[in-house]
Amino acid sequence: MTDKPCIIEIDGLWTQYGDTVVLEDVNLCVHHGEVLALVGGSGSGKTTLLRHILGLETPSRGTVKVFGVSLHEGDPRSRVDLRNRWGVLFQGGALYSALTVFDNIALPLRELHVLDEASIRTLVRLKLDMVQIELKHADKMPAELSGGMVKRVALARALALEPELLLLDEPTAGLDPDLSDSFVKLIGDLRKELSFTVVMVTHDIDTLFALSDRIAVLANRRLIATGPLKNVMQLDHPFIRKFFAGRMAVAGA
Amino acid sequence: MAAHPWTAHRLFFNSLRAYRSRPHSVFCRQVYYAAGAGYKTDVWVKCKLMKLRTSQQPTLSDMTDNLVESNTSPALREAHAADGTRVLELMGAWNLRNLKASLRTLDPGLKAYAADPTLHWNMQGIAELDNAGALLLWHAWGRHSPENLTLRPEHIGLFDRLNTLSETTLPHSPHDLLTPVILLGKRTLSVADHVQGFIALLGQLALDIAHLARRPMLIPWREISANLYRTGAQALAITGLLGFLIGVVLSYLFSKQLRIFGADIFIINILGISILRELGPVIAAVLVAGRSGSSMTAQLGVMRVTQELDALAVMGIPYSVRLILPKVVALSISLPLLVLWTDATALLGGALAAKVQLDIGVLHFMNQLPDAVPIANLWLGVGKGMTFGFLIALIACLFGLRILPNTQSLAAGTTNSVVTSITIVLLVDAVFAVVFSDVGV
Repeated sequence: MTDKPCIIEIDGLWTQYGDTVVLEDVNLCVHHGEVLALVGGSGSGKTTLLRHILGLETPSRGTVKVFGVSLHEGDPRSRVDLRNRWGVLFQGGALYSALTVFDNIALPLRELHVLDEASIRTLVRLKLDMVQIELKHADKMPAELSGGMVKRVALARALALEPELLLLDEPTAGLDPDLSDSFVKLIGDLRKELSFTVVMVTHDIDTLFALSDRIAVLANRRLIATGPLKNVMQLDHPFIRKFFAGRMAVAGA
Repeated sequence: MAAHPWTAHRLFFNSLRAYRSRPHSVFCRQVYYAAGAGYKTDVWVKCKLMKLRTSQQPTLSDMTDNLVESNTSPALREAHAADGTRVLELMGAWNLRNLKASLRTLDPGLKAYAADPTLHWNMQGIAELDNAGALLLWHAWGRHSPENLTLRPEHIGLFDRLNTLSETTLPHSPHDLLTPVILLGKRTLSVADHVQGFIALLGQLALDIAHLARRPMLIPWREISANLYRTGAQALAITGLLGFLIGVVLSYLFSKQLRIFGADIFIINILGISILRELGPVIAAVLVAGRSGSSMTAQLGVMRVTQELDALAVMGIPYSVRLILPKVVALSISLPLLVLWTDATALLGGALAAKVQLDIGVLHFMNQLPDAVPIANLWLGVGKGMTFGFLIALIACLFGLRILPNTQSLAAGTTNSVVTSITIVLLVDAVFAVVFSDVGV
């Protein structure tokens, strides 16, 4: 199974702002169907790496390919098409504050210009149903929603185009443990149902244990380890020891 | 193609060479059974589709090389089962990405097939099915699954979800004949609300000033100075340029008319009074309303959105003292100064144009100015500037504090702030004109 194709392929990626190096020679391959968690301390470049995968940053050196398409060169059409194949959940939700919940989810569907309004309405209802948002909230503005609901609506919007790849930035940050658990369960269930590949940035160890197949650890601007959680936890590195220390103590108690 | 994921599976295809001579369906079935668990469907579909497209036996390399790309477009095929019933076989990837291209052509065809209730729908050949694909079929079927339907087990859930979708429709805002009336009422109430807010803000400002008068230590000098710099010093270039141009334009217009009556020298009176009394203050105020008023509204609005106002409040720092008072004070000082500056550049422009048109020397123009225009006009202009500055800052703050945490409200609030302050400036200017009609003319 080692030569499964890479959905995301990062090759020798460097990022530099002036003299500050943010990422140093990062190589990563995300396989089809897996859940890869990106962990690392604050300022280790997790968010920058995610922004590279999303094509929001231009690498100083190296290449990033998603679905085999380079994000910064080549045919602009295929780069646009690529953006219909992934769904992104931003940390703060990034819902369009001027649109209602319904219109936020309908927007990507409408932008395809192929579906009629009736289908769009049904699809939006399906997505709302999937993320367990009641229909009565569909007319609300994002500002009227609670934090947990914002995340769920943002997830519904990320799922609107039936993505093959889902990118989650801190999916459980800012949620209480209860909501966080149910959100993780929701993503797990949806993953079983829709079988997408997931890349997520997270700090939350519970989320890591519950969802990830493999984890990639960023420390000191480099990718220090990639592999299944069990193996990575065995590694002897100051960051990894510290990061998992709490969890091991809990497990040991 | 060294690392091709299908290299491992070439082996079993090689072992299938024996079946090449068999009929196509037998061939496909054998390929299907021999394929690895994860690829069964893909192989089956690919095999079937190749038959469809080429109506020939596919070569093995055809089969293996393109298989990783399982995104075959959705396809239909009508067939007859052994017992004579019509069977419609669906194949390919029925997902949004692949349907995008063929949706318009597929939809009518599906509806035509769905009209036949005895038709057997065989959907086992579908490689990928997502909500959009399921919805397309479900709509074609008339919002329920047909009687004769063969599904792959993993697709059952999709249709279950559609079938159980609650019948409640989305809330619709009802059309009401009274809407215009209600809208008018809302507008009126909103104006009243703003007036009330304005008075409250004014009162708050008075209280703050009284408070600061007793404790001068707390006066936010630094903020006042920063605001003076932003609203005053940084506006010098634009107000100066505009004043100069207006002066030139007016001077040209008036000199043409005055020359007809041989009253050339009155250019000084006309320019002096109109610029010092009206144009200087109004031009400067309109520019400042657009420039500083909008930025004040936007700043307060964004601070509301990002909860910075709340942060100030919980630290016990009253934002009326730290944010609003400095703006109001600074603009009340900087606008009259800008008025003087605009007056000066406008008169200079006027004098230069008068020199060109009427041959009145610039020095002569300046010497005659104090005699031709009573000094009261200058003080009136400066007083207007102070009033306008005070009003613009206060209105900008009022609208800034009322912005709701969304982008649309921010945009609307900023626009309304500028439009309102310019309107108020002109209204107050008219009041000045009436009240001071006897002064300086």
